[in-house]
Amino acid sequence: MQDSRTPAVSMRNITKTFGPITANKDVDLDIYRGEILSLLGENGSGKTTLMNMLSGIYYPDEGEIFMDGEPVVISSPKDAADHGIGMIHQHFKLVNVFTAAQNIILGIDQDSESGKKIGGFSKLDIEKASKKIREICDLYGFDVDPNQKVYDMSVSQKQTVEIVKVLFKGADILILDEPTAVLTPQETEKLFAVLRNMREDGKTVVIITHKLHEVEAISDKVAILRKGEYIGTLITKETNAQEMTNMMVGREVKLNIDRPEPHDVKPRIEVKGLTVRSDDGLLKLDDVSFTANTGEVLGIAGISGCGQKELLESIAGLQVIESGEINYIEDDGSKSSLIGADPVEIEAKGVQLSFVPEDRLGMGLVGNMDLSENMMLRSFRKGKGVFTDRKTPHALAGKVVNDLEVVTPSIETPVRRLSGGNVQKVLVGREIERAPSVLLTAYAVRGLDINASYTIYDLINQQKERGVAVIFVGEDLDVLLELSDRILVLCGGKVSGIVDGRTADKNEVGLLMTKLGGEKVG
Amino acid sequence: MFSLVSFLPRAIVQGIPLLLGCVGETLNEKSGSLNLGIPGVMYVGGICGVIGAFMYENSGGPFNPVLGVIIPIITCMLGALIMGLIFCFLTVTLRANQNVTGLAMTTFGVGFGNFFGGSIIKLTGAEVPSITLTATSKAFKTALPFAGKAGAIGHLLFSYSFMTYVAIVIAVLTSYVLNKTRMGLELRAVGENPATADAAGINITRYKYFSICIGCMIAGLGGLFYVLDYANGVWSNDAFGDRGWLAIALVIFSIWRPNWAIWESILFGGLYILYLYIPTGSNFAMKEIYKMLPYLVTIIMLIAISLRNKHENQPPEALGLPYFREDR
Repeated sequence: MQDSRTPAVSMRNITKTFGPITANKDVDLDIYRGEILSLLGENGSGKTTLMNMLSGIYYPDEGEIFMDGEPVVISSPKDAADHGIGMIHQHFKLVNVFTAAQNIILGIDQDSESGKKIGGFSKLDIEKASKKIREICDLYGFDVDPNQKVYDMSVSQKQTVEIVKVLFKGADILILDEPTAVLTPQETEKLFAVLRNMREDGKTVVIITHKLHEVEAISDKVAILRKGEYIGTLITKETNAQEMTNMMVGREVKLNIDRPEPHDVKPRIEVKGLTVRSDDGLLKLDDVSFTANTGEVLGIAGISGCGQKELLESIAGLQVIESGEINYIEDDGSKSSLIGADPVEIEAKGVQLSFVPEDRLGMGLVGNMDLSENMMLRSFRKGKGVFTDRKTPHALAGKVVNDLEVVTPSIETPVRRLSGGNVQKVLVGREIERAPSVLLTAYAVRGLDINASYTIYDLINQQKERGVAVIFVGEDLDVLLELSDRILVLCGGKVSGIVDGRTADKNEVGLLMTKLGGEKVG
Repeated sequence: MFSLVSFLPRAIVQGIPLLLGCVGETLNEKSGSLNLGIPGVMYVGGICGVIGAFMYENSGGPFNPVLGVIIPIITCMLGALIMGLIFCFLTVTLRANQNVTGLAMTTFGVGFGNFFGGSIIKLTGAEVPSITLTATSKAFKTALPFAGKAGAIGHLLFSYSFMTYVAIVIAVLTSYVLNKTRMGLELRAVGENPATADAAGINITRYKYFSICIGCMIAGLGGLFYVLDYANGVWSNDAFGDRGWLAIALVIFSIWRPNWAIWESILFGGLYILYLYIPTGSNFAMKEIYKMLPYLVTIIMLIAISLRNKHENQPPEALGLPYFREDR
């Protein structure tokens, strides 16, 4: 694709390695003024690393960067700021105990108007900074209180502070690293409106993402990376989801989820009148009753925090239960209660909890341990005598890496060094590989790219075919409707309804999520 | 009889080494360095001051009080600076574990102090295991001339040596720099969240080196004050005792606020010598119980701030963690 204009930023033959991992290889990228460019790629495809080299966090091993045709050296974040480049990182770079204004003026040693150097011992002029912050907010439609402490802010407020910080420093090229990952749909819409305002104002925006609908919603162009290499740039209007996916993954990917017909359906888990309170006495689950069947995917829908976590943890034996019954039904129809049973006993029955929390490393995996050691967390009791069995977990780790295409330098690499999506594959892979009879998963695909998500859906379907009772807590309604046989909708800890996944439509489920029983009130 | 007019000045003088140590440690911690070497640094500061004073007193020439003050201060700060540089090099440049490095430096500092203390005692050929630097101490203890004439108030406010006022000025200045200036904001950012500070273009290594070294020099002055001022120029091995640890406890007690530490150092100083004012007779066990009070107060304070769980009262977030930009 030819463009006669001089790009605001050109990256040429950029290569960056971290030890044995090549994060970027010979990448060429052009960014033009007044455009919104999406940088699309799977987890670990080197999108963030590439942009970190523009923002001075990393320095390229090889290659050159040009700005408006002139070669530049960006060796520190300060250099980047001097060239008008500002990056909003996925993990916010904010000091929690500082106010918005303190965070925004951090590191600024020049007066914006007079250009005079501000001495290290000179008194901070918060008033003046606050005034300028308000001006920026008015210009683009932000809402920031300069005196609010960061620890008091919501995620979207923190992101706003980050954007204002970059604008305050006079950046005209903004890079946003997966800005919508932490936002609600409404907040995302607001952010996109602001980004469009910026484009009108002549600013250049680069948005890193792996969500196709966002690419389509916001960007003028889309540049695609795959496994650290540059694949190509497309004009968003002239492409479609299938083409982008194929470029991103490198092969044909089906964009619909299979739903094999359930067979040999027998009740496996029976929940009756389950009531659970949180530590501070709030009712989290209220009289919840349902049955999970073998060979079936039971989807759980609900606004986040409606008791999904408590429900799964109750079945896995990790919750204190106020009242109600949870029974495990054997193949021969005999029942045994799971309430009061030790989590280890429940596990021995084949009930696997693959809970994927927001903090993947917080629950389930140990960041400093390598892949096979993390596999061992589930099997260390199986060793003989005082010695643990290391061979089986090692083989299992190898299998998970192969089956799920985990990008890792080796099985001996500590998990924390992997990118988020790969960490999640390890966690889900471990639970599934244990041949469970009941599989509980929550947000199994959160933060995963398309290819990985579809791998996980396939895995879930395989388990279903094997006759496993799958309980799948999801947040994407489209996916729930495509994958689940039945959908249980939770609303404020109560069962709002159980619908058939094949016949239900999105509006029906959405209504059940917000109003109990889906009745229209008032 | 308990008399506030005699108790308070002694509490204050007792508190000054703690205050200096605390301000020094606060500067360290605000940059994210948990420097447990501070007790050793204070020891080294003390002995280096003593060495300077000893050399000058025994140089043969007439004793000039101004030089007699300046020389020990310079040698003390030099010694503490070297200790600070060692800590910086190990923990900032080589990213060694701060706790291990700090503890090693405390052990080293105490040994260093006792070794050279012992050597000087041997040089003087004294009968008692201590050195007395009378002339230097006299120069250090010069008080304001009108202090004696102003009655009880004068005694309470003006009877101290110049180092006492210097210490308080240092504490107030440090507070001001930390909270009101650009440099202070950037330093606090380094200690709270170095990745953020780095992304904002702040030179992390430089800030850490400067704040650790300056902090160590201030803490070293605490050791100097103890020997040449509080102890009347008498150095005997191990006499400095656990004051270095008390200084670190004071950092927590003052919730990382040097200006609060001024008052709290007086409280700590008072608690530290309370046993002298409460008749315990020959009951040494009781004395030791009273000597525990400052630590007890620190524990209570820790419980209180943990219960309130206010963000501003927490230690710097990145305290004790090394920083490397390209770490993944």
